Amino acid sequence: MVMLNNKSLLSQSDSLSDPNNQLDILDKVNLTPFKENLKKSNLFPLKPINVDVFQINLGKMCNQVCKHCHVDAGPDRKEIMTRDTMYLCLDAIDKTSCSTVDITGGAPEMNPDFRWFVKELFKKNKKIIVRCNLTIIVANKKYNDLPTFFKKHNVEVVSSLPYFNSKKTDAQRGNGIFDKSIKALKMLNKVGYGIDGSGLILNLVYNPTGAFLPPNQSVLESDFKIKLMGKFGIHFNNLFAITNIPISRFLQYLIISDNYNKYMEKLVSSYNPMAASSVMCRNTISISWDGYIFDCDFNQMLDLKVSVKGKHLSKYNFEELLNRNIIVNQHCYGCTAGSGSSCGGSVT
Amino acid sequence: MKTYYNPEDLKKFGDISEWQAKLGEKFFDYYGAIFQDGTLTKREKTLIALAVSHAVQCPYCIDAYTEESMEQGYDEEQMMEAVHVASAIKGGATLVHGVQMMNKYKDLSM
Repeated sequence: MVMLNNKSLLSQSDSLSDPNNQLDILDKVNLTPFKENLKKSNLFPLKPINVDVFQINLGKMCNQVCKHCHVDAGPDRKEIMTRDTMYLCLDAIDKTSCSTVDITGGAPEMNPDFRWFVKELFKKNKKIIVRCNLTIIVANKKYNDLPTFFKKHNVEVVSSLPYFNSKKTDAQRGNGIFDKSIKALKMLNKVGYGIDGSGLILNLVYNPTGAFLPPNQSVLESDFKIKLMGKFGIHFNNLFAITNIPISRFLQYLIISDNYNKYMEKLVSSYNPMAASSVMCRNTISISWDGYIFDCDFNQMLDLKVSVKGKHLSKYNFEELLNRNIIVNQHCYGCTAGSGSSCGGSVT
Repeated sequence: MKTYYNPEDLKKFGDISEWQAKLGEKFFDYYGAIFQDGTLTKREKTLIALAVSHAVQCPYCIDAYTEESMEQGYDEEQMMEAVHVASAIKGGATLVHGVQMMNKYKDLSM
């Protein structure tokens, strides 16, 4: 077990805060290039099927500093989306045949224009997902009414809870996070989230608390339901089991704990062509806080912009995006290992 | 050879077929079939394998089935409980032979 600083890579001036250094490390490992496996699966170049999910990262500011965070988010990160860029998002959504707008961060609720933006999205009659870290709800009085706000705008809440005990949860997300998360989950349940028949969806996200792949999603969901209900009386809808992608702070953990090579070998040897054909980047685009367009949130953090002329929302061209080649690299093995992984959990 | 056990050798387990292909193939087919879902789930079998790994004190098996148990969603308390089961059986197996000792002692005593 290794001790990591409770700070962002950027604030530590860690070389891994530079995406180019991360890509160098990923390229250096002597493993089958991801492209080669895609070719064998007749999936190269990887093409989109559609753009059903419009995912927007409202910024890197967060009240937590999780050890596996691929965003390198934290209280010290000041990069957040302006209202002008939100307007560009709204215009782009109008030009996109997506059913879902998926809002993430950081803690997106910390963006001062978050509520205005959700209200604007609500008018568009799209399914709205907010990736809420739970603790933000209890972090400050001004956030205590978030459950009611979510309910009013029919937001689907997706929240990370890596385990049903404090030991594992706090080891990944910081001291005291589990107790605060339980408190926030109870507040969400109280307004109807996760309760059968309410229509208010509360999904939880499991990330492994170390250098191993996630368990079978349905088995784990069953365990979570029994434990969270039995011990805390908490309801939720679905559990998404998500693989940790070897970038940013999780990459730092892998290197410091001397697990990097073994983890990469595991991801590569677990390559699943079925998962590769269902990766989320084939039906998603991802927007950064400053309005650039990416194939997914991981490519965004590695600064691998979409391979089209209009790389920024100011030059958004939906048709061009539909015909793009998706940019892949060695980190993509994280989405194709075993049962596969996406922002919605397993893909097979 | 500097040590008897090398973690890297675990990856070479399949190489045993190089010197006896037929038997090696039969073993790995059998091994693969054992760990499929059956009347016991793959998950349940993993925890049995973890306990047995400790009973036979195989470092390769402990390495493999610790990671596999984590990937099957078991936590440290559950895994240690399984090791205690192995310990109880091994300890019990030692102690139950005490009856044999007692029998022999009594046979030789007035």
